[in-house]
Amino acid sequence: MATSDVTTPTPSTDAVASARPGRLESHLRAQRAAGRKILVPYITAGYPTDTWPLLVEGLATAGADAIEIGIPFSDPVMDGPTIQESSSLALGHGITPVSALARLGKVNSPIPLVAMTYYNICFRMGHRRFANALTTAGISGAILPDLPLEEVEPWAGAADEGGIETIMLAAPTAPDERLPRIVARARGFVYGIGLVGITGERKDLAASASEMARRLKAITDKPVLIGIGVSTPEQAAEVAEVADGVIVGSALIRKILDTGSIEAGVDFLGRLRAGLDGAA
Amino acid sequence: MVDTASSVDEHKSLMDDPGQRGRFGRFGGLYVPETLVPACQELEHAFRDAWSDPSFRAELDELLGNYAGRPSPMTECRNLSAELGMRVLLKREDLNHTGSHKINNVLGQTLLAKRMGKTRIVAETGAGQHGVATATAAAFFGQDCVVYMGEVDVRRQALNVFRMRLLGAEVRSALSGSRTLKDAVNEAMRDWVSSVESTYYCLGSVMGPHPYPWMVREFHRVLGQEAFDQCRELLDGGVPDVVVAAVGGGSNAIGIFSGFVDTEAELVGVEPAGGSAVGRGLVGVVHGSMSYLMQDEYGQVQEAQSVSAGLDYPGVGPEHAHLADIGRARYEPVTDREVLDAFELLARTEGIIPALEPAHGLAWMVRCRDELAGKTVLLNLSGRGDKDVAQVQAILDGDPEALETVDFGEAGNGHQ
Repeated sequence: MATSDVTTPTPSTDAVASARPGRLESHLRAQRAAGRKILVPYITAGYPTDTWPLLVEGLATAGADAIEIGIPFSDPVMDGPTIQESSSLALGHGITPVSALARLGKVNSPIPLVAMTYYNICFRMGHRRFANALTTAGISGAILPDLPLEEVEPWAGAADEGGIETIMLAAPTAPDERLPRIVARARGFVYGIGLVGITGERKDLAASASEMARRLKAITDKPVLIGIGVSTPEQAAEVAEVADGVIVGSALIRKILDTGSIEAGVDFLGRLRAGLDGAA
Repeated sequence: MVDTASSVDEHKSLMDDPGQRGRFGRFGGLYVPETLVPACQELEHAFRDAWSDPSFRAELDELLGNYAGRPSPMTECRNLSAELGMRVLLKREDLNHTGSHKINNVLGQTLLAKRMGKTRIVAETGAGQHGVATATAAAFFGQDCVVYMGEVDVRRQALNVFRMRLLGAEVRSALSGSRTLKDAVNEAMRDWVSSVESTYYCLGSVMGPHPYPWMVREFHRVLGQEAFDQCRELLDGGVPDVVVAAVGGGSNAIGIFSGFVDTEAELVGVEPAGGSAVGRGLVGVVHGSMSYLMQDEYGQVQEAQSVSAGLDYPGVGPEHAHLADIGRARYEPVTDREVLDAFELLARTEGIIPALEPAHGLAWMVRCRDELAGKTVLLNLSGRGDKDVAQVQAILDGDPEALETVDFGEAGNGHQ
């Protein structure tokens, strides 16, 4: 607690988190300290088939530093056509939050896992139960893209208590005064949104991606990863010149959608890794 | 009827400013992607500023009067009253320009968009009434307009699709999920996330993130206030015993309730049995706010099923959830069969073809005729039925595809 400064009305959450970083943040900080650019792929639980947990091991071996696992939701407003498709196929196969977490609980992942879903999935289960369910499944962090700073506290408080790191998103549309409050509440890493838009593959890297990374790196020591609109090894390398790393979702899912094979996704991850290592 | 309207001025209204957090009791809020938060906050500031600016209010009033045709009349239904054994009053929002109450909100929002310097408007639509109203206002103000509509609704509301195109709007089919209003909202929100710097999202109901539920209510308050004044005149200073309105997202109901919430009148919202968010009583978060929501045990949003495209929505505006929570309004389900009967009843007895949405309100009145005997009942006739006659004809003719849009199941029985 910030006891040294009695004029501070509330303790700095940034200071608290920095003092005791969780497993995810510690792991990412260690990668960064070793001079490595961080690579976090996204996969959809339940997609492409019920062998999907094999992707976790494959991606870890191919050079991922953490994995973001989407728990499909019926109404994913932050997702473009690619992840809408993988989510809808997974739901069609009968995946549920409970069955997805049960499967993950049996995976012995060598790297930290992060759950990504929409708030109603968490709210319906209950904040403490959801945090406990993630912990039981071996998951370190959570991304809830429709839960902004204004509404995050009931969940984030429960997550802090339960040892789950709540990753906050920062968007190019945020005014300067907003960003410090976002990074203060962030645990694990700060998810910088690379462009004004939803998830999806893009031909070119938006100028806003590096600018977002610059704005965040200027105000925080926490790992800054850029996602949304990072689609190729070249784009990953370019944005990682400023950011600590990248999150790649739709482009990877697209490789699996096009080929029907998870190996295509693992191969692509290897190329992203090589691209980032070239830039490091 | 109730003898006197209680004073509105001496206590705080039950439908007040929800504050910067946009909360109606435990409902409402701002559950949107981070990208949209600054836009929602900018919109709140812009609305507060405009709503307290007499020149904005004067310009809107002028448009509501000379362009939209306000005030809408109140009709006393002599034949229907005799048939049902109650005194039936209709607030005639069907007589507004574009055929429903939706124009009140749309003129307010597009005027606000103009004031904010936004030149592109996106909207979602179910039955097409909000889409037509938005396309109309965008044409009037010279704004680009894109309307998202579920593919199923594009088929069953072909006339309104043509109207929107005639008015210069681009209609885009939402192909995901149930391909109805819920999915049109998803697509409109995705568009807005991607275009927020240039685009104004003209949301069509009292739902979505703060400030929409509050702002849309304020833009529809005009119809409630008119109805209150008209009732006082007609009922010698009194108010109706019961005020009835259909509820999907709930904008027409919020409009008419706002005129009577601080009186003795009973408030009844009527939901389709296949889309009764309040009736099922599960709290959830979708499309920007916390409210009652049809969902499964895991929190996946369920698909509503209703003959009426405008009510085919699994959620409900957060202020309705609050009014239900505190017991100020009650919410009742009716079946598609009852709605079709009511649709025909009003046409036959009063020479008024209602939209399928307000036919829900009438269907509940017919079912509860014994309970309502001798009472004065005000129904918000929120829209006219021109858009629905082809669909109803196909259903009555037994067209299999049209019948697929009808849920003949029995009405649910309150909370599960």
